[in-house]
Parts: sequence; structure tokens; C-alpha cells
Amino acid sequence: MKVKQLSIFMENRAGRLAEVVRLLGEAKVNIRALSLADTSDFGILRLIVNDVEKAISTLRGSNHTVSVTEVVAVEVPDKPGGLASVLDPLSASGVNVEYMYAFVEKATDKAVVIFRFEDAEAALKVLAKAGISVLPAETVYTL
Amino acid sequence: MTAPVERPASAIWDPEHECMRVSALRELQLERLKKVVRKLWKNVPYYRQKMQVVGLRPTDIKSLDDVRKLPFTTKEDLRLCYPYEAFAEPLDKVVRIHASSGTTGKSTVVGYTRKDMDTWTNLVARFLVAGGLTSKDVVHIAFSYGLFTGGFGLHYGAERVGAAVIPVSSGRTERQIMIMKDFGSTALVCTPSYAVYLAEVMQNSGIARDALKLRLGYFGGEFWTEQMRREIQANLGVFATDNYGLSEIIGPGVSGECVYQDGMHIFEDHFYPELIDPKTCEPVDDPGRGGELVLTTLTKEAIPLIRYRTRDICTLRTEPCPCGRTSARMSKVSGRSDDMLIIRGVNVFPSQVEEVLLEVKGTLPHYQLVLERCGALDRLEVHVEVSEEFFFDEMKKLHEMERTLERKLENTLGIRPLVKLVEPKGLERSEGKARRVVDKRGAG
Repeated sequence: MKVKQLSIFMENRAGRLAEVVRLLGEAKVNIRALSLADTSDFGILRLIVNDVEKAISTLRGSNHTVSVTEVVAVEVPDKPGGLASVLDPLSASGVNVEYMYAFVEKATDKAVVIFRFEDAEAALKVLAKAGISVLPAETVYTL
Repeated sequence: MTAPVERPASAIWDPEHECMRVSALRELQLERLKKVVRKLWKNVPYYRQKMQVVGLRPTDIKSLDDVRKLPFTTKEDLRLCYPYEAFAEPLDKVVRIHASSGTTGKSTVVGYTRKDMDTWTNLVARFLVAGGLTSKDVVHIAFSYGLFTGGFGLHYGAERVGAAVIPVSSGRTERQIMIMKDFGSTALVCTPSYAVYLAEVMQNSGIARDALKLRLGYFGGEFWTEQMRREIQANLGVFATDNYGLSEIIGPGVSGECVYQDGMHIFEDHFYPELIDPKTCEPVDDPGRGGELVLTTLTKEAIPLIRYRTRDICTLRTEPCPCGRTSARMSKVSGRSDDMLIIRGVNVFPSQVEEVLLEVKGTLPHYQLVLERCGALDRLEVHVEVSEEFFFDEMKKLHEMERTLERKLENTLGIRPLVKLVEPKGLERSEGKARRVVDKRGAG
């Protein structure tokens, strides 16, 4: 149920993000979702892509620091209170969210949110119990 | 866990000189100093002129403190004397010639008379025995044999002790390991970084340390840390000692550690050590706080040197050592005075930064020191390349790493730098060699 996410270390300088997405574009890697956490000096670019291996080899080949992290993709009702309905059972069970970001877009009545949990196993149990649907990796890569 | 390495029994090669009463040692040093100054005055016009410039004659040297009146000798002087002008003996008295690598210019050439060879061999024997070597050992020498003094110096010294010497020379690591295994080498001689590499290769090829009979390791020729010593001892199963020397002075055999691994005993009956402030060239007030090591050879015949500036930074201690040797002990070399930076009045060496990075990260990442002047204050930034071994997906951890490095660097350097994580290859490199320091203070 876990999805592979790429994290890329990035200096906070003009053109760094552009370079990474250009490299992936040239390698025909499609970016499914992304988030950028940044400070004044550096940032971490987090990506869900359709071809994890190719993205890694492309980025490493041009000297980027890349790591792979496992995250969980959760289907969230695309209506007011939808996200709260997912977060409530998690916080009630004491499961910590380290960070989360939304999938770019999807033309259905459900949105997809990427979660990085401190304890993914515990989170998956809570979500299953609450009847919240978690997307399998293959589905996420090809969304 | 593998068993800890055993401390060898303490032994002394030349007790008469190594454990000499300090007052007798001072007398001997003065007598030898007078002789060497007279000889240079008579035989080496280059040095006589240097003395004449400051209005000094050999008879002005009446006490050991008078050594401070004598002009320094530098590597530049030796280059100007290339190849033989600094020699104090004609070539027919010379039986060996070595030269330094000369990465920063013309190499410096040194010669040895038959007596110099005997002195050198005995001094190497001194530190080999001090580190635990006996005639039963099989000594594996992985220093290169050639113009570099390391290979031949250790070779003759180990033979003098009566050990079985294998002159393997450097390179071909797989073969080195095979020879150590098959020949039963018990003592390894190489640079500390090569010892670390050997251990890695062994690990990767699945060769346990117990497959080798190594028990002693003599490492010198470059900068290394206590952390590296612990790793080498654990991974190779050797009792590791440090030794120090430089070709200009004699090669290896200027100083070496005993089995207490607490500073290198300087063979003071042959070399007179001083510590100076590299900026003012004045003697340092407190040798325990460190300075540049300056050495005068007291017995060398072919090329005696007066107050040679080694550019190596270390501390000196004179309190007695449990081994019984009476000589001063020098610490590991912590940096080069030509690399020294003065930041807010504090002396900072890139090697100190390296030591902290090595300790925190286990491997040495690429780094760069960037100096700027903000108003009246100097600011030091340490840029560290983030490689995959220490990249975390969490901002918090990356920030923690920056703060940890800043704290540890402050402890070591005495000033707090700003640590910045940068992308790999983000740091300038020139001709493959990393540029470690960018000083922008002069610019504004």
C-alpha cells in the first residue's frame, strides 16, 4: 500500500527547480504530484513520478542528491470537511503526520492526498479501520 | 565485536640516548649545535651569507637559547639551492640522495653520508621498537620505494631491528592482502589513509581481520585523526602508532609514538625543536597551545639545516612519559601553517574542520570555507555538500545536522561558523582538486 516518493535536495537558488523538472521531462518521466519544502538556504523537492527507477538514475546521473521515501496515498472525499474526516481518526489514534500534500488534480469526486506518517504501519491500520481508501502504488504512478 | 588490540610491551632501542638525563641532553644539544653552526659557516656559502646579513658569527652561539638568533631556513631556501648547494659535504662523501615530491614547485634534494645513513637507520629503529617491534616480526612495507624517503627509511630501520622485511612497495591492494595473508606479515607500514582503504577492501572481499597475523601498524606521512586510529585498530587488529618525519630533516625518524600512544617522542639528541607563531616568527609562550614546529638538525653531515620551518602545526610537551623516555613529545600534526586562516583573531586550520566532519559523518564530504567580512566582523561559513549518505527527507533532521556541525565546530575552532548545506558539485573545483578556502575579506 506504500508509494515510493523521491526526495531531492535543492539549494535555494534560481533555476534549480526548473533544471530538475527539465531533466525529468527530457527523460520522459511524468511527474504525478509534487511538493516543495523550503527554507532560506535549501529545500526538499518531493515527487511522485510514473517511473521511479528512471527518475532516480536520471537525477543521480546529473549529480543530484536523491533519496526514496515511502508514503501513503489516501483518497479523500472532494467536499467540505473531506480532509478532516481522514485526519480525525488518525489524530484520535495518536498517529503523527510528518507532512502531506495534495495530488495536482483529478476529475472525480475524490481527491488524492499524499501523507508521510511517522509510523506508516499504524496509520494504515487506522485508515483501514475507518474505512478510508488507500491507493495502491501502481494506481498512484499512473493516475 | 572483535577483540580489542593488545598494547605491546614497552621497549627502548637506545636507552642511553632516549632516556638521557635532561641536563645532560641539553649539554649534548649545545655542543652539537655549536658544531653544526661552525660547519655550515665553513662549508655552505648560502647559509654563511644568511648569517652575515644578521651580523652573526658561529662564536655568538653560547647557549641553547642563542639558537633564536640564527636565521630560519625555509623550503624556498632549499629550492634556491637546488640541487646541491645546501650540501655541506662533497658528493663523494654522499652515499644516498632523496628528494621531496615537489607538488608546489621544484623538488628539494637531500643527501646522506654513510654516517647519516647509520643515524637515520637507528632513529627509525627507535620508533619501530617504541611502537612494539621485535626481531620476530615480519614487516610489510607498503610505502613506495623511490625518491620518497618513506619506503627506504622504514626498510633499513626494520632490518636494523632484526625483523624480516618485505619490501612490497605501494599499490596493487589485492596483492598486498594476499602477501600479508600468505607471508604472515605482523607489522604494517603505510599511510593512515591507505590502512583505512586496505581495511575496506578486506571487508568488501569478505576477508576477516583474523585471517591476517597483523599486530602492529606504523602510520605516517600524512594528517590523520584519533578517530581514524580507532577505526584502523578495530578493523585491522593492529596496535597503531604515529610517526613523524620530513625528507628535509632526515625522512621518517624525527619522532614517533611509544606504546602509550600519547604524543610522538622527538629524538632530541639529533633534532632541536622549537615552536613559533607562524605570523610573527616569535617563539610561542605556551608550547601546549601549539605553533609551527621548527627543527634544527644537530648531527646531519650531508645537509644540516638550521631552524628549518616545517610549516607543520603541533603542540609540544615535556613532562615525563611512563615509558621512561625523557624527550619532548609532539602532538599529531593538526595543520599546515601555510593553510592557516586568522578569523576574528583565532587561528583556524581547514584540517580542524575536516576532523569534525569526519567525526560527525564518518566520511569526509566535500566542503568549503567561505570567509566574509560583515561590518567589522569576520564571518566564517562552512559549506558542506549533501551526499546521499546523509540526506534525510526531513527538514528537521537537516537543520539538526547543521546545528550539530556548528556546535562541534565551535568547540574545536573556538569560533562559531555558519554551516550551510549545498548540492553536490556545487562547490568550485579547480583541476580536480577541491578549493577548500574562499577568502572574500580582502575584496570589500
